[in-house]
Amino acid sequence: MNASPDPIVAQIAEADARRRLSFRTAFAITWAVMIGGFSLWLFSIDRFDPEFILEQGPYILWGAPLTIIISLTSIALAILFAMLGALGRISRTAPIYALATLYVSAVRGTPLIFQILFIYLALPQLVPEAARIPGIVLGIFALAFNYGAYMTEIFRAGIQAVPGGQREAAAALGLNERRIMVRIVLPQAIRIVTPAIGNEFIAMIKDSALLAFIGVQETLWRAKTIGAANFRTLETLLLAAGVYWVLTMVFSYSQERLEKRMARGDR
Amino acid sequence: MVALGNVVLEATDIEKYFGSHHVLHGVSLAVRQHETVMLIGRSGSGKTTFLRCLNFLEEPTAGSVAMGDLRIEADPLQKRQRRQRRGDIRQLRQQTGMVFQEYNLFPHMNVLENLIEAPIHVKGVSKDEAVARAEKYLEKVQLLDKRDEYPARMSGGEKQRAAIARALCMEPEVLLFDEPTSALDPELIGEVIVVMEQLAHEGSTMIVVSHEMAFAREAADRVLYLEDGLIVEEGPPEQVLDDPQEEATKLFLHRFLSEGAKAPTVDDPTPPSPLEMGFLGKSSLGGRGGGQS
Repeated sequence: MNASPDPIVAQIAEADARRRLSFRTAFAITWAVMIGGFSLWLFSIDRFDPEFILEQGPYILWGAPLTIIISLTSIALAILFAMLGALGRISRTAPIYALATLYVSAVRGTPLIFQILFIYLALPQLVPEAARIPGIVLGIFALAFNYGAYMTEIFRAGIQAVPGGQREAAAALGLNERRIMVRIVLPQAIRIVTPAIGNEFIAMIKDSALLAFIGVQETLWRAKTIGAANFRTLETLLLAAGVYWVLTMVFSYSQERLEKRMARGDR
Repeated sequence: MVALGNVVLEATDIEKYFGSHHVLHGVSLAVRQHETVMLIGRSGSGKTTFLRCLNFLEEPTAGSVAMGDLRIEADPLQKRQRRQRRGDIRQLRQQTGMVFQEYNLFPHMNVLENLIEAPIHVKGVSKDEAVARAEKYLEKVQLLDKRDEYPARMSGGEKQRAAIARALCMEPEVLLFDEPTSALDPELIGEVIVVMEQLAHEGSTMIVVSHEMAFAREAADRVLYLEDGLIVEEGPPEQVLDDPQEEATKLFLHRFLSEGAKAPTVDDPTPPSPLEMGFLGKSSLGGRGGGQS
């Protein structure tokens, strides 16, 4: 460091800091005005009952842990499906490639809500034993099956984004194809797709609400049920929306932090 | 220098097509133990492709590569027993270390992990033994202090030396170098060349594709000049570099010199006699006398 830096350096830094602060302040004020104004207006009208939220809010909020658990398990299972799918999509064995392509095409070509309803309602008609499986398990499977297909393409792109020289170097050392994939390509591919998996997870938090339609007592189901019973869906749905919004913001923020940490590391 | 031994690797009539583009027109090479062979030629001459055919990173269209008991034929139509052949190729690769232009270290592993991966998982060496071996070769390339470093935090020269150590850890019969200094900043070339020269003098068998003429003079037993997929001229470095017989070789060396060392060609239309090209030798070690074709 220079012993006596030019005063302009400090002045520029100060001016930059001031500009950043005023930007952030204006940002916070805008949000506070919009959200605070909307809340005040709600609380001022007769048709909105804040006391009902205080009474029944905890019941709805207790759906949040379930929402998180459903999302985490589904995304974990989806990663497994996606890895298998991606290996199929890069396979040179025709039937394996065809199967993986069929999976991706069929799942992406039909609505997620259809897949959830099909597994919950139509599957027991084919396999009566399925009726004994809890709805939450079938629901998690449906979400994972669907997300796995989308993530198959993410994983395939990630595997193909690993430079060819890596494979060549490993092959030149005499490693066999399976080892090259497991030890050299996949670890690098996973690092490449981690930000994309984060995005999928955040989308999953919201899509997990679809399980309300098969009776899984997660956040939206609670809001819908308790609201309908008391003719207070305005209150309950808004609260549920707040839960999803906060959850996605929290996870977006942690994802940003994680990505920054990973960027700071190697590579 | 160590006296040359028997032939350890022999490539016969290697041909290669990329699509309809005929890159190699039947190139043969027999390398003897302790020999250092250098392949030179302009870009597109097929020298790198030929090197890559030797360990089947590139599948030759015709010809064969023999090494010890192994003899692997080109199989462009994939008619032969593929499983058997893949095993043979892996065998051959275990005995041929390769050093790449872009180093190709594994970025998710530190230096030590890069070095012990193949000895443990390919050769079945114990972990202790692999680590001892890795440290021995890191010492040889003077990188023992970078043992636990990740490649991203190393200079190009360090990465390339680590890549050489990784190849050495398999204790291969033959080392293949594919333009090992072409991706390096000029000031980092020297440290890699020093290591390669040391290996050559200690009797490693090496096939080197490079433009480092200083290395050729210092360490090569034989220089091959390739053009359009054919070996045009070969012989000891003094002969091929200083007294080339073929017009093509003369032209290449002349052009290479004038581009690389910025020799005045307008004022001096006659090619300088190869004897005057003495500076082509040592000067490229520290600075960058030889340009990149």
